[in-house]
Amino acid sequence: MASCAQIHSAVSSETYSVAVSVGGTVIALHTGSAEFQRSLQQRYGHFVVQGCVPDFEFEIDLAQPFGSERLDDDVRVWSESGTWFFERGDFRAQWHPQTRQGTMTHLPSVFAVDAILRITHTLLLAGSGGFLLHAASVTRNGSAFLFAGVSGAGKTTMCRLAPPGVTLLTDEVSYVCRMRDSYQAWGTPFAGELATLGENQRAPIATLYLLEKAEENRIEAMAEAETVRALLRNTLFFAREPEMVKRLFENACHFVERVPVRRLRFVPNASVWELIQ
Amino acid sequence: MSEAGIAIYALPARAIAARMLGGEMMVMSVRDSTFFTLNEIATVIWRAADGKTPLEEIARAVSEEFEVDFATAYQDAEELVSRLSAHGILQVSGQPIEAGVQPASMSRNPRDVGHPTGEAP
Repeated sequence: MASCAQIHSAVSSETYSVAVSVGGTVIALHTGSAEFQRSLQQRYGHFVVQGCVPDFEFEIDLAQPFGSERLDDDVRVWSESGTWFFERGDFRAQWHPQTRQGTMTHLPSVFAVDAILRITHTLLLAGSGGFLLHAASVTRNGSAFLFAGVSGAGKTTMCRLAPPGVTLLTDEVSYVCRMRDSYQAWGTPFAGELATLGENQRAPIATLYLLEKAEENRIEAMAEAETVRALLRNTLFFAREPEMVKRLFENACHFVERVPVRRLRFVPNASVWELIQ
Repeated sequence: MSEAGIAIYALPARAIAARMLGGEMMVMSVRDSTFFTLNEIATVIWRAADGKTPLEEIARAVSEEFEVDFATAYQDAEELVSRLSAHGILQVSGQPIEAGVQPASMSRNPRDVGHPTGEAP
């Protein structure tokens, strides 16, 4: 968690910075382009913070990361001697957790920055018992409710149908943070079909629902092993290192032992929200 | 004792994560994320697979605890061990296995069976 103080000064006067706070972790992005800085400010909206010492920093090099022959969509994430490497056809990045510094190379695209931020957060969360989940999340009466599922399962639909008093945290990627023996959901700027930033706030998670469209609204209990399997299916994770995968498994088990996970069969209309309390 | 008359020993591999939850044993390969949920009998076999106890002895204990004939218990145990071994979740050898030591592999090909519910997450 960043402490608010003077903004980091180890950048030149020709560098333009944007500090993005997700889940209480501030990542500063430094670019030599004032135009790209404006793109980042616009993209991350109220997730941009001022006057805080960042937890981590990335220098952005706006350049073609590979030759034109490299346009694949597969993300590769690996570590060597304490440095993480992230690569996809449209970007490459290095990140040193120890020094808290990183670099990213890509053309002026906020989508590449989005992907790199998500990967960084998955690694950070894995170490602290949390994870990013392919799920919508909202708050209602001070509690967070998560709705997980693959594309088309109804995440955005649940958000669109939400009644007054429900606050959107995200319709696509939920930030799940472990707080000792409980879990909190934070809002994220990672939006789906709604194309709307979530609120940058947090709440204790009351229930995780696994979405399934049906003929009637019904909440069903699930066996714990089934919930772990479903949770892992919906978790965003890119690293393949055995220790990281093992940690992800342990984090999923810990979560389902403490947070109710239910299957929500629902008719896609507003009546489903009568069940969400 | 296998069909070839060789004693079989099994030991959970190091590259796995396992956890008992809600009365079910979950085992995941951390190499390829293959996920298994073991049933009650498979869990007993999994827990007894210490690399020192022959599979025959494990199957005999299963036979007595669950009141099934020994031949069936042994065949089930052998199939389970073969399948988990094929996914790198169990180490299998014709000799006792010491933890942390890579055993010589069995000469028999593992048979694929339907006991656990393997699936990548």
